[in-house]
Amino acid sequence: MTRWLEVLDPGPLTTVQDAGRPGLAHLGVPASGALDRPSARLANRLVGNEVQAALLECTVSGPTLRAGPGGALVAVTGAPAPVHVAGRACDVGVALWVPAGEVLRVGPATAGLRSYIAVRGGLQVEPVLGSRSYDVLSGLGPAPLAAGQRLPVGPACGTVPAADVVPPPDLDAEPLLPVVLGPRDDWFAPDAVVLLTAARWTVTADSNRIGVRLAGPPLARRRHEQLPPEGVVTGSVQVPADGQPVLFLADHPTTGGYPVLAVVDEDALPAAAQARPGTTLRFSVGHRS
Amino acid sequence: MIGPRPAGGRAVVLDLDEDAEPAQTAAAVRSLAKQLGVALLEVVPGAQTVLVVATGPAGLQQLLAALPRLPSAPTAAETTGVVVELPARYDGADLDHVARTTGLSVEQVVHRHSAVVYRSAFSGFAPGFAYLSGLDPVLRLPRRDTPRTAVPAGSLAVADGWTAVYPRRTPGGWHLLGTVDVPVFDLGVDPPALLGPGRRVRFVPTS
Repeated sequence: MTRWLEVLDPGPLTTVQDAGRPGLAHLGVPASGALDRPSARLANRLVGNEVQAALLECTVSGPTLRAGPGGALVAVTGAPAPVHVAGRACDVGVALWVPAGEVLRVGPATAGLRSYIAVRGGLQVEPVLGSRSYDVLSGLGPAPLAAGQRLPVGPACGTVPAADVVPPPDLDAEPLLPVVLGPRDDWFAPDAVVLLTAARWTVTADSNRIGVRLAGPPLARRRHEQLPPEGVVTGSVQVPADGQPVLFLADHPTTGGYPVLAVVDEDALPAAAQARPGTTLRFSVGHRS
Repeated sequence: MIGPRPAGGRAVVLDLDEDAEPAQTAAAVRSLAKQLGVALLEVVPGAQTVLVVATGPAGLQQLLAALPRLPSAPTAAETTGVVVELPARYDGADLDHVARTTGLSVEQVVHRHSAVVYRSAFSGFAPGFAYLSGLDPVLRLPRRDTPRTAVPAGSLAVADGWTAVYPRRTPGGWHLLGTVDVPVFDLGVDPPALLGPGRRVRFVPTS
């Protein structure tokens, strides 16, 4: 039987994500993929999918979806949000049955920024370069959800864990992100590292899946020449000439011409991806490897 | 080689000697890792660097210990093949700014930019984005202080010693000279990138 979810209301920005398409940076192809990877894996586990199955990543607020024939087993994780099935309030972090023709509504996140919705069987949209992730930088992958669209759902495989309930993540009011200095820390004035770790950085409204754009005291350079373009990793804190850093997330450009002062630990990136515009975050320097 | 410079816990940026070719060095790094049985996630040549991302810190350390075995200065492969001619409308938002800053007229900017046969040095930034070398030094300008959050698809732009065509609407910190309507990245074509490394390209002004 063909199974699907019908999009009644897509929400502000809801995209399909999986583990992305790493390994193609030398072709200019960003890795992409779910930004809060632990939450995405958890949602898949709750419905008995492989952890890398394609699912929905919601931004700020979620979509309204109607289950096609056969119904759908879903789970919502990540940023906690009000969830309704057939008009009845339900929990996040638990598998929910949406009967055929009934509606799943995921509302505005009450903390954090990005909620995840997994459906048993995974979303079977057409993969591009080996992944079903939508990359906002390159436009590769399935376009963001639109009203009236039917999202194909794959056949279920494996078993659903019995009565598994997971509390929503503890989203810190002000995440502290550990960094390793470099690769271009020597391009900055000595006080730039001090400022990086001393200041509270405000997440600005033009942040997206490419990067968290930050506002704070300008980080001054010691070397003012142009940096020849070079490869950059996810988690890079890149500093353009105006001194306001950008923390690169999964859809970041694969090379850049502004120096990278420090790189955030991978384990801390989900917290960065959950930071809402207007909130603040901080950096701490661990070691230089 | 100078460095390596750490880029997080499992990646390094290798600074290359001026005469080493980054794309060739990247290939040498891949083959060295294969010999060692070290899994690499990404190997990304830049203008004068190679970024190496391992799957974990242990693999990275193993590779770094073996780096002295890399050939000292792999040089560029021969550039051959036809010159790709791309029609360009010189109607970019920064054309006047570039003319003022360089002390040239708009016509002179167009002439100097379109007189050169460029070479695609490496890819990066976004799919299909090729860094084209050979820019007239007079047109060499630093990147914008604040990148634009979006530049139009097909934007023909310059920054530092490079020129490039933005494959699609993306953020961008380069100066916009004009527009190229020919798609430079098309998944329906093999290879998808029109301007792969080594390709030569010239821009033909259209009105």
